[in-house]
Amino acid sequence: MASNSSGGGSDRQRIAQQRLRIIAGHLRRPVDVDSTILAAECKAQDSKTDVSSEGKTVPRRRQEIMKWNGWGYSDTKFLFNKKGQAEFTGKRYKLSGMIMPALKDWLEDTFGTNLQHKSPATPILTSSAVQPPTLNEAFVEELKSTGIPFSHDAEDRVFRAHGHCLHEIFALREGKVGRVPDLVVWPNCHNDVVRIVELACKHNVCLIPYGGGTSVSSGLECPPEETRSIVSLDTSQMSRILWIDEKNLTAHMEAGIVGQDLERLLNESGYCTGHEPDSMEFSSLGGWVATRASGMKKNIYGNIEDLVIRVKMVTPQGVIEKSCLGPRMSTGPDIHHFIMGSEGTLGVVTEVTMKIRPMPEYQKYGSVVFPNFEQGVACLREVAKQRCAPASIRLMDNEQFKFGHALKPQVSSMFTSFLDGLKTFYITKFKGFDPNCLCVATLLFEGHREKVLQHEKQVYDIAAQFGGLAAGEDNGQRGYMLTFVIAYLRDLGMDYYVIGESFETSVPWDRVLDICRNVKLRIIQECKDKGVQFQPLASCRATQTYDSGACVYFYFAFNYRGLSDPVHVFEEVEHAAREEILANGGSLSHHHGVGKLRKEWMREAVSNVGMGMLKSVKDYVDPNNIFGNRNLL
Amino acid sequence: HYNQRDPMLKKRDDFEDVLEERRNSSDLRYALRCYTPVLYKGVPPCKSSMLKSMVLQSDQLHYVISQVSKETGRKTDEVQEEASAILDEMAHCQQLSTVRFFAFTLSKVFKSLFRSICVNEEGIQRLQQAIQEHPVVLLPSHRSYMDFLLMSYLLYTYDLTLPVIAAGMDFMGMKFVGEMLRMSGAFFIRRSFGGDKLYWAVFSEYVKTMLKNGFAPVEFFLEGTRSRTSKSLTPKLGLLNIAMDPFLKGEVFDVSVVPVSISYERILEETLYARELLGIPKPKESTSGLFKARKVLSEDYGSIHVYFGQPVSVRSLAEGRVNRRQFNLVPRHIPGKPGEDIHSFVNDSAYKLVRAQEENMVLKPWVLLASLLLQNQAAGPKEGLPLDELTAQAVWLRDLSRQYGAFLHWPDQMTPSEVVSSSLSLHRGLVRICEGKVQLAVEQGLAATPEEKLLNQAVIVLSCASYRNQALHVFLRPALLASAIHTASSTQKQEVFNSFSFLRNMFSNEFILCPGATVQDFEEASYLLVKTGAVQVSQQEVVVTEGGHRTLAFLIAMLDPFLQGYQVVCRFLCEEATETLTEKQFIPAVRKFIIKHLLAGGLRYAEVLSSDLQKNSLAAFLRLGAVQKIKGYVGFDHLECLVGPPSRAQNTTL
Repeated sequence: MASNSSGGGSDRQRIAQQRLRIIAGHLRRPVDVDSTILAAECKAQDSKTDVSSEGKTVPRRRQEIMKWNGWGYSDTKFLFNKKGQAEFTGKRYKLSGMIMPALKDWLEDTFGTNLQHKSPATPILTSSAVQPPTLNEAFVEELKSTGIPFSHDAEDRVFRAHGHCLHEIFALREGKVGRVPDLVVWPNCHNDVVRIVELACKHNVCLIPYGGGTSVSSGLECPPEETRSIVSLDTSQMSRILWIDEKNLTAHMEAGIVGQDLERLLNESGYCTGHEPDSMEFSSLGGWVATRASGMKKNIYGNIEDLVIRVKMVTPQGVIEKSCLGPRMSTGPDIHHFIMGSEGTLGVVTEVTMKIRPMPEYQKYGSVVFPNFEQGVACLREVAKQRCAPASIRLMDNEQFKFGHALKPQVSSMFTSFLDGLKTFYITKFKGFDPNCLCVATLLFEGHREKVLQHEKQVYDIAAQFGGLAAGEDNGQRGYMLTFVIAYLRDLGMDYYVIGESFETSVPWDRVLDICRNVKLRIIQECKDKGVQFQPLASCRATQTYDSGACVYFYFAFNYRGLSDPVHVFEEVEHAAREEILANGGSLSHHHGVGKLRKEWMREAVSNVGMGMLKSVKDYVDPNNIFGNRNLL
Repeated sequence: HYNQRDPMLKKRDDFEDVLEERRNSSDLRYALRCYTPVLYKGVPPCKSSMLKSMVLQSDQLHYVISQVSKETGRKTDEVQEEASAILDEMAHCQQLSTVRFFAFTLSKVFKSLFRSICVNEEGIQRLQQAIQEHPVVLLPSHRSYMDFLLMSYLLYTYDLTLPVIAAGMDFMGMKFVGEMLRMSGAFFIRRSFGGDKLYWAVFSEYVKTMLKNGFAPVEFFLEGTRSRTSKSLTPKLGLLNIAMDPFLKGEVFDVSVVPVSISYERILEETLYARELLGIPKPKESTSGLFKARKVLSEDYGSIHVYFGQPVSVRSLAEGRVNRRQFNLVPRHIPGKPGEDIHSFVNDSAYKLVRAQEENMVLKPWVLLASLLLQNQAAGPKEGLPLDELTAQAVWLRDLSRQYGAFLHWPDQMTPSEVVSSSLSLHRGLVRICEGKVQLAVEQGLAATPEEKLLNQAVIVLSCASYRNQALHVFLRPALLASAIHTASSTQKQEVFNSFSFLRNMFSNEFILCPGATVQDFEEASYLLVKTGAVQVSQQEVVVTEGGHRTLAFLIAMLDPFLQGYQVVCRFLCEEATETLTEKQFIPAVRKFIIKHLLAGGLRYAEVLSSDLQKNSLAAFLRLGAVQKIKGYVGFDHLECLVGPPSRAQNTTL
């Protein structure tokens, strides 16, 4: 069964090295035509901003490797090739370069899309669409004297004016740009940040911290009512691991480091943090702290609040930090909890001390097929009750199960396809599972080999009690691999009039089924009421288990042909879906955060007094609203 | 201001007679035909044993059982057994064979009793759609024992999932019939179980389990009991509360509530009801009694109209009204008293639904004739109404009622006089035509005492009144306004409104008047009276037009018996009620008082003898604080005489 015994680690190193090579390739590649034009446009660039970003995954000019109006790397995307088959380009992912024959039909069947009807994005950002920067001259003068690199190039500013909410990407694809930061600044270390914050306070400039740019809460959107000069403080160049303490199993990092670099670099020393949010390729440590992030393997390693030992944050009042590295303290309310989830409203997280673990000796994927979602949830509940959840356990509903199938790459041999057929036959015909009801749980076990095998048996035994059938390692692994790929799929959908989004919540166990059903039905009903011409996709999965509840993810997408204002309709439906979540006992957010998107519900979520507490902290720490992204409160 | 769509334009579906096919093809084949109803999400109906065990194993019931056991010190097993016994007493055990038996028998019975049973098939289609999408609650009006058999019969006929029906325990007394009904899908609930926690838990869980899983539509009567007066009764909230609970707690996405209006051209229980209202004791439900009732089989009861209304989504009713988050903080299996907001939401919904039933009640020409004849009879000791005059008045009233949005089935292919005479002949037990003059058949029979004579008269009058009452909801609001204009001290709009508001408030136990909708009702009434040219309403004034007096007189006369009735009850309380008047003694005492006044000639309306009116008025006086209840005694403090001008204590203004 364990075909890839202890392969996890080396596999990962190989992938990491490959990534490095690709990035290096990007950096070395002779400047192509497009970027010459762009470079010519940034005439005002300061010579100091030219400092090379060698060796870093994330360059200062992010647009060099990443899409300015879509998800992820520029070289990676889904498209329909000349034969009309779906293809995933690039070389970065396992699925890269492969053809997914079933995707076209799935898109057509699910959304009623037609390959003839395209809704392409505006290819290039016209700088005339971007408002000229409102610069605070005195601030800029003093900033120049510090030697900290900055830019007011249109591309740089636009790139930092958004996260990945549907409405943000939709607008970019249409070439529409709203309020953007007036300046981007790249501090190199904690002290740089201290300088920048001091200057911002001195000259009353609005600062918006920027980490990986993967926000899905409108957290990075510049408040349109902001009249001061807005400076985006990009932490991407603060990405060093400062020390690793093997005795205490801790590491100290700069907060700008992105997840994949953090894991890769720690892996090189034989360690990991185990914190793997779905966005880990791009999201940063500081961002995790600022939004209370959650990782896929939290069952073993914990969520960010469990992992953090010490945080340094620069605020207008100075630096906030704890005085020791003790594992737990009883010193009044934990000041880390003012920092975690503050969403950039109080200051910039610059350095973090975090727990690390030796890399797991053995990793094993798995999957279980259940006859229906109800049984699957019952199984997850039992697993949580017995506190034997694997590193990760996720339950997809039937719609996602089908979606997963649509992303199956072309089978290489007759034999595999024959085996697939056999499996399907066994499950649907022999075991009597209804293909329109069955659902799949994907599993990831980690740890010592024997314990993993033991653990695996325990979980499969529980699954069997709920009618679950083991469905192989491949399905499990594919499930997790798809996590990184799915985000690219939205861009493909948007090329063909399909818009969508995912959103999450956490909910007590006894309400999981009810919330899943009701939210999905609400989405369908709202789409119908709002005049959406096609049946929407409403799907969900339980992605995390806790003692008393679960984290549930919803996916929702529809074909917007025939709508005059699709984004407005989309937002109304999303709003209704959140109302439904709250009415069914779900939380406002499990880990995406509140940002500006969910602000209207904040007061009810934490009560008037709670809101007052948070406000008074903000008033003390940042009386002049220097950190003026207006998230959360 | 009032801008509701013109009631004349109210679109209603066409009817189709289900008996027609019965008369042309084999009943037996019909009863044995293949029955394949569409199901909610394809969920097949649940075996009654399975349903019982689901209820007994529910968290809700477990919780209450352990609570009861803790409180009473009894063993859990014992309480559990009691719960199981309650469930056995309650549960339906629907069987298709019994349903088929009923399908056959009822076909025979219906064909001999009724000319036609007309159903709006579009309503059936909507219901079919609703059943597939969400759990369904059927809410038929309740005028006859026939109602729920008829409902199941129709659902069987149209191949719809058979409902399970909440029935009162009194049916259980009828040995064989009770079991038959149970097998046709009825479940039985005790009429009162006050503080019996366990009973309530079993009962509510039973209903919710059926609803949540969508095994079958749940049917019950919002009015709680058969209306003896043909007026809709103030809705009872218990079952509706239970039915809405799964939605409020997020256990289902939505619940569809379907109001059904069943209108009988002639009610089987017509005179039975009148006697009951007069305090002539009714025979207890018994099987032998049912067989004695066989003679009814030989009579002509005209036609029945059944209108399946637009399904109402509980979700949309609750939208913007109920904060469902309140249910998120306590485990859902722990029973809790619904809060004030939930109570008022359910109450308002119940009123809306009863109004929806009323609106789709089909009115026959006889209903208009009964109204006219009653008014004529009350106007004085005349020799009745000449037939042609009655016809002319009926045509006038037909047009008026249509303008008010009545769902009137007046056969337009017949001449008015044909319509009138055919209506009169169907109700020949209640009217007499003598020398071309029509009057109520009140003089018939030999009675020993004047009191007996009076009661005999009253039976006829109350029977007639029950037909008039079918149209009350059409005229109610304009009639309240007409009476308000009549009693107000000036034509000032505010004065008229105050007077309207007072009357409306006083009568809110008597008629279906949605709580808190005074302004809306006033505007609706003004709109209708203005539209028909009876009054003119300006910013300041409400003035009756030259041609409006006839309409106003009719409307005032419509409400007058009730006004007189409340006055006489009021007078009784002032004059005769002593400090020791118990609730039990109230009805007999007030009846005696009224008989005295009727015989003395001081009171014109025999229908004031209706115990329904007496109970309602007492309830109204209690509500208004004019009377107080002290441990079962009824006393009064400062009863304001209703003859005087209406109270100025109203706060509502226009």
